[in-house]
Amino acid sequence: MCNAPGKTCYTRETKRPHSGRMPDLLPLAATPATAAGDTAWLLAAAALVLLMAPGLAFFYGGMVRSKSVLNMMMMVFGALAVVMVVWVLAGYSLAFGDDIGGGLLGDPTQYLGFRDMLAPDPDADYPITLFAAFQGLFAVITVGLIAGAIADRTRFGTWLLFAGLWTLLVYAPVAHWIFGGGWMQERLGALDFAGGTAVEINSGAAGLAAALVLGRRVGFGRDPMKPHNLTLVMVGAGLLWFGWFGFNAGSALAADNTAAIVFVNTLLAGCTGLLAWLGVERFRDGHATSFGAASGVVAGLVAITPSCGAVTPIGAMLVGVAAGAICALAVGLKYTFRYDDSLDVVGVHLVGGLVGTILIGLLASTSVTGVDGLFYGGGTGQLGRQLVAAGATLVFSFVMTALLLWVLERTVGFRVDPDHEVAGVDLVIHAETAYDLHATGGARPHFGPGTGTLHP
Amino acid sequence: MKLISAVVKPHKWEDVRQALEVVGVTGMTVSEVSGYGRQKGHTEVYRGAEYDIAMVPKVRIEIVADDADVDRIVETITTAAQTGRVGDGKIWVTPVESVVRVRTGDTGPAAV
Repeated sequence: MCNAPGKTCYTRETKRPHSGRMPDLLPLAATPATAAGDTAWLLAAAALVLLMAPGLAFFYGGMVRSKSVLNMMMMVFGALAVVMVVWVLAGYSLAFGDDIGGGLLGDPTQYLGFRDMLAPDPDADYPITLFAAFQGLFAVITVGLIAGAIADRTRFGTWLLFAGLWTLLVYAPVAHWIFGGGWMQERLGALDFAGGTAVEINSGAAGLAAALVLGRRVGFGRDPMKPHNLTLVMVGAGLLWFGWFGFNAGSALAADNTAAIVFVNTLLAGCTGLLAWLGVERFRDGHATSFGAASGVVAGLVAITPSCGAVTPIGAMLVGVAAGAICALAVGLKYTFRYDDSLDVVGVHLVGGLVGTILIGLLASTSVTGVDGLFYGGGTGQLGRQLVAAGATLVFSFVMTALLLWVLERTVGFRVDPDHEVAGVDLVIHAETAYDLHATGGARPHFGPGTGTLHP
Repeated sequence: MKLISAVVKPHKWEDVRQALEVVGVTGMTVSEVSGYGRQKGHTEVYRGAEYDIAMVPKVRIEIVADDADVDRIVETITTAAQTGRVGDGKIWVTPVESVVRVRTGDTGPAAV
C-alpha cells in the first residue's frame, strides 16, 4: 500500500468510493477521463482474475492421477460458484463494511446482498460494485487453492459447504484486517499489496490444516502418485500468470504508474522464480523439469503478490529467486513430516506467501512505496510489522480451518470411503471419466451396440 | 501353424514392419504394451520426489504364420529390432490349433 507523502495513494481503503475518505490528491484522480480509464482497467483486471480459476483447474488437474482430474477441476469450479454467491450475500460486507470493533470484522449488514451499492457515485474512480466483484474473485482463488491440499479424497458436497463457510469465517475477516480497514492495515501498518496474507498464507495454512484433519491418501508415500498430465500443468501455469496481472496490477485500483510498476514486478518475479526452481532441481536432482518450471513461476508469483507494490524491479527479481529456491526445497517437507499436502499448497502458497510478505521488510523501497526496508536503510520496523501480519494470518487461518473441518468431518463427513478413493473420485462422485482414448470406449462392461448402452 | 509373438522397442517397430514386408508378411496385430525384464525401469523426478517406474513401454507384434515361414520371420524380426543393448525385447513361438478367416470362413493354412 502506498502512503508516501506527496504521492497519489491508491489503496483499497482510500479509493473505496463509500469509505468516506478520499485521497489527498483527489481532484487529479477524479477527472472523468481518469475515472473511465480506471474503471475500464478494473473491469478487465477482474475478468483476468476470473481466468485464474480455469488456470488453477488446469494447473491442479494435471498434477493428480487421471482417475481424479475431473474432481479436482470441479473443486475449483464449484468453489468459484459458491464463493461468489456467498460473497455477494454477506462476504463482501464482512470484509469491507465499516469496522464493527477492534479492526477485526466489517459490518455484516451494511452491504448485505450488495444493497445500497447500485447508485452511481460521480465522485468515485470506479463503481463500488466493480470493486466488490473484483475482491470476490480474490476469495474465489483463495478457496480454490485449498483444494490442492486434499486432492483425490474429498466429498464434493461437503467441499461446497466448506467453500461457503470458509469464505465467511476465515477469508472475510482476514481480508478485512488487511484490505478493508482492519487492524493490520490501519493500526499495524503492514504492507500487502494484493494478498500475501489474505490469499497466499491464508490458503496455505488452511491447506495444511485440511491435509492434517483429513489425513493421508490411501497409499501415500508408497504408491506412485505422479502427475498424469504435465502439459495441462504448464498450460495452467501460463493462464495463472496471465491472470495474475489482473490480480496484482489490478490491485493498484487505477490505470496508473503504480499499476505499471506492479505489472513489471509480476512479470519479473515469475521469470526468476522459474529460474531459481530449475537451478535447485538441476543441482539437487540432476534435471531441470517442466513441472519445476511451472511450479517456479507460481512460487515467484505467490511471493510477489504482497510485495509487488513495495519493491523495485530488481527487488522483484530477488523476491522471485528467494521464493523459487525456498519453495523448491519446501515441497519436500511433506515427505519428512508425513502430511499429505497432495499438490503442495503448503510448500508453494504458505511458504511462498511468507517469503513475499516478510521480504517486504527487507526489500521495500521508497522509490515505490512509503517505507524503506532493512536493506534500504529503513531499519527493522517494517520487518517486524510484516512478521506480525504473516504470523497472525497463519495462526488464525490454521486454527479456524482445522475447527471447521473437524466439525464438518464429524457431522456431514468430509472424506470419501477408502474404496471410493481407490476406485477414483471421478467415477464414484461424478459418474464420469476424463479420458476416452480407446476405440472400445474404455471397454465398459456393457452389452449391446457400440461403446456401451445409452439410456436417454 | 504357429503364432509368433515379438516384444520390441517402440522406436524399432517401423524397422521391423518394413523388414517383414520385404519377406512377404502381409499382416500382423500390433499393440502398445508395457512391462519389464532385465532392462528394469527408470527413475522420474516430480518436485524433487523420485519415482521408480518399473514398467517400460514396448510394442508387441503378433503374426500367425505357416510352419515353413516361421524361422525366416523370426530371423527378420531379430535382425530388424536389434540394437545390441539391454531391453531389445523377446520373440516366442507357440503352436496354433486352428485359424479362421472371418470374411470367407476359410480355415487352416488357407486362412493364414
